[in-house]
Amino acid sequence: MIDLIKSLCEIPGVSGREDAVRDFIISKLPAGTDYTVDNLGNLIVHKKGAKTPEKKLMMCAHMDEVGLIITYITDDGLLKFNEIGGIDPAVLIGRTVTLESGAKGVIALKHIHLIEKDEREKLPKHTDMYIDIGAKSKEEAEKYAYLGSYATFDCDFTEFGTDNRFVRMKALDDRAGCAFMLKLIGEDLPYDVDFAFDVQEEIGTVGAFAATYGIMPDVCVVLETTTAGDIDGVEGDKRACVLGDGPVVSYMDRGTIYDHDLYKDTMNLAKEKGIKAQTKTLIAGGNDSRAVKTVGEGARVIAISIPTRYLHSPNCVMNKDDISATYTLIKAFIEDYE
Amino acid sequence: METIELLKTLTSTYGVSGSEEAAAAVARDLLKPYVDEVRIDNRGSVIGTANGTGPKILLDAHLDQCGYIVTSINDRGFLKFSRCGGMDERVASGLPVTVLGKKPIFGIISSIPPHLAKEEDEGKVKKEEDLCIDTGLTKEECESLITLGDRIVPNYKFEKLLGNQICSGAFDDRSCVAIILKALETLKACGVKPNLSVHFTVQEEVNGQAAKNDAFASGADEAIILDVSFAKTPGCKDEGTGIMGKGPMIGIAPVLDNEIFAKLKDLATKNNIPYQVEVMNGDTGTHADEVIMTKSGIKTGMISLPLKFMHTPVEVIDTEDFDNCVKLLCEFIKSEGGNK
Repeated sequence: MIDLIKSLCEIPGVSGREDAVRDFIISKLPAGTDYTVDNLGNLIVHKKGAKTPEKKLMMCAHMDEVGLIITYITDDGLLKFNEIGGIDPAVLIGRTVTLESGAKGVIALKHIHLIEKDEREKLPKHTDMYIDIGAKSKEEAEKYAYLGSYATFDCDFTEFGTDNRFVRMKALDDRAGCAFMLKLIGEDLPYDVDFAFDVQEEIGTVGAFAATYGIMPDVCVVLETTTAGDIDGVEGDKRACVLGDGPVVSYMDRGTIYDHDLYKDTMNLAKEKGIKAQTKTLIAGGNDSRAVKTVGEGARVIAISIPTRYLHSPNCVMNKDDISATYTLIKAFIEDYE
Repeated sequence: METIELLKTLTSTYGVSGSEEAAAAVARDLLKPYVDEVRIDNRGSVIGTANGTGPKILLDAHLDQCGYIVTSINDRGFLKFSRCGGMDERVASGLPVTVLGKKPIFGIISSIPPHLAKEEDEGKVKKEEDLCIDTGLTKEECESLITLGDRIVPNYKFEKLLGNQICSGAFDDRSCVAIILKALETLKACGVKPNLSVHFTVQEEVNGQAAKNDAFASGADEAIILDVSFAKTPGCKDEGTGIMGKGPMIGIAPVLDNEIFAKLKDLATKNNIPYQVEVMNGDTGTHADEVIMTKSGIKTGMISLPLKFMHTPVEVIDTEDFDNCVKLLCEFIKSEGGNK
C-alpha cells in the first residue's frame, strides 16, 4: 500500500490537470475492469461484487493536488503565479518547484539582509512572489512556461520517526484515498461499488458534482485526508484530530452535516472490529461530500479520512498505522454494508 | 575535479557555524594536493600553507553555513530551535530539516494549520517560538539521539536551473571554497608555485572572529577574501547589488586596500574577465573586516561571487561567474610573483 501511495503521489496532478494521475490509475486497473471517463475527466469504475446492493454504494477520492499556476511572465523572465487550492504562502518560500516542462524553479524573495525590519516580519502574498527558473528574459522563460501552465511542489517520499511509522510526501491529499480505492478494486468485494476518482476537489469540489451524477448513489463514502493540528503546544479539541488515533469519521465540517446514522454506525463498526478510530473535535474544513449530497435526489454521505499534518504543503505527514487502520475500516464498511 | 562535482561534494557535507568538523575534513582532503602543509587549527579552520615565491597571500573563504540549533526537547518528539547564523526567517514554516544528532534525523519544521492561525498573525512571518521541529520520535528516543545544542540543517538539493544557474543550500560560502580550490588546481597545472596561506575559516555566520585568529598565525603580507554577495532580485536596488552572470564583484570600501582593488580591475580588463564593482561605505560584513585588523594590519581585497536568495535553502549562483572568479583569482596570484 505504501509503495502504491508513493507512486501515486509522485505524479504531478494539480487541479484541472489530473491526466497523468488518471492514466496511471487506469493502467493499474485489473484487466476487464468496467470504467468510464466523463467530460470533466472524472474516472468512474464500476466494480462488480458478489451481490448488487439494494442501495447503490459509491466511494470517491480526488485525484488532484494543490499547486501553482503561472499567471504572468516578467520581462526579466520571472514567473508570477497564484495558488491552486488553499496554500499557506509561508510554506512556499525557499522551496523548489517543477514546471510542466520539467524545468526547475526556485521560489524566494529579496535578500533578508537588504530588507527593513517591518518587511522582515511581513509574509508576502502568493501574487507578490515569483518563480525563478534562471531565465534571463521573457523569451527564454516562454520556452519553458506558458500562462496557465502549472508548477508542482518538489518533494521526496520519506519515512521517518519511531520505527519509520511516519511518511511525508506532497499530494498525500488525496492520493492516499485513490490508493485505497485502487486496492479495493483489485479485491473480491461482497457488494457492487462504484468508485469515482474525481477531479478538481481543491478548487471547490468541482469534479464530484459530475462524478456523482454519473453514478447516482444512495450512499457515498468520501475517502479523504483531514488536517491534524496535534503539534507541539496544542492540546485538546484544538488538535482537531491526532496522528496514530486511527481514521477520522466526521459528523460535521464546514461543507457538510454527515448522515448521522452512518456516522454512528461507522464508529460502532470500528469499535466492534477493534479498529482504532476517532472523529474531529472541531468543525473545520470540507471535502467532496458537500458536492455529492446535492446531486440528483441526494445521497447519504459519510467521510472517512486519514489524519494528516501540514496538509496543503509540500510536506504532508501521515502515520502508517492510520493508513492501514483506515483501509481496514473502509473494507469493514463494505462487508457490513447491508 | 569538475566544478559541478566539486560544488556537490562541498555542499552535501554539513557544517553549521561552530560545528564545521565534517565540512572541514572534506575541505582539508580537497586542499591537500595543492599545498605543502595542511592542518586544522584550534578553532576548527582548515589552514593550508604553500611555500612558493612572492609575497605571502592569504586566501580566505568561510567554511560554515547557516542553520539552526536545538534548544529544547519537548513532549512527543517535538524540538524547539533557534537560528544559528542568519537564516532567512521567512523560510522556516514547513521546512524539512536534518537534525545532526548521534545520527542524522529527519524532521519538519511545523506549519500552522488554518484553524489554529491567530487573526493577528495573518500576513506575518511565523515567529520561531511558535514553530517546532516534528521528528516523529518519542521524547525518550529524541533524548537518546539528540543533545541540546546539536545543529540542524535545512534539507536542500542540488538543482540545475536554466543557462548556467545552479541551486543548492550552503553555496554561501562553499562555492568560494570551491573557487579557491579550482584556482589552486589551475595554478598547479600551469606550474605556478605561489606563496600562500589558504584559510577555510569557521564561524563567519555568527561573528567572523575566527578569521582574525587564522590571519594572526598566517604571516601573510596581503589577503584576498572570497565570499558571496547579493545578486539583484526583484525589489533590490541597483546600488549594492550585482547582476548574476555579469562576472565577479570586485569590492571597494574604506577598509579594503585601494591598490588591490585597482589591480583586480586592471587584471580583469587585461584578461577579458567581466567584472562588476561592489561599493561598500564602511566595513564589508565579511572576513575582510577581521583580517585587516590583524597584527599591524593586512592589506585586503575582495572578490565576490554574485548569489541570489542568500541564507535560504535555495541559493543560486552562475557557473560562468564562478569560472570568472577562478580566473581572476589565478591572475591576481600570478601577478603577485607566483609566476617567477
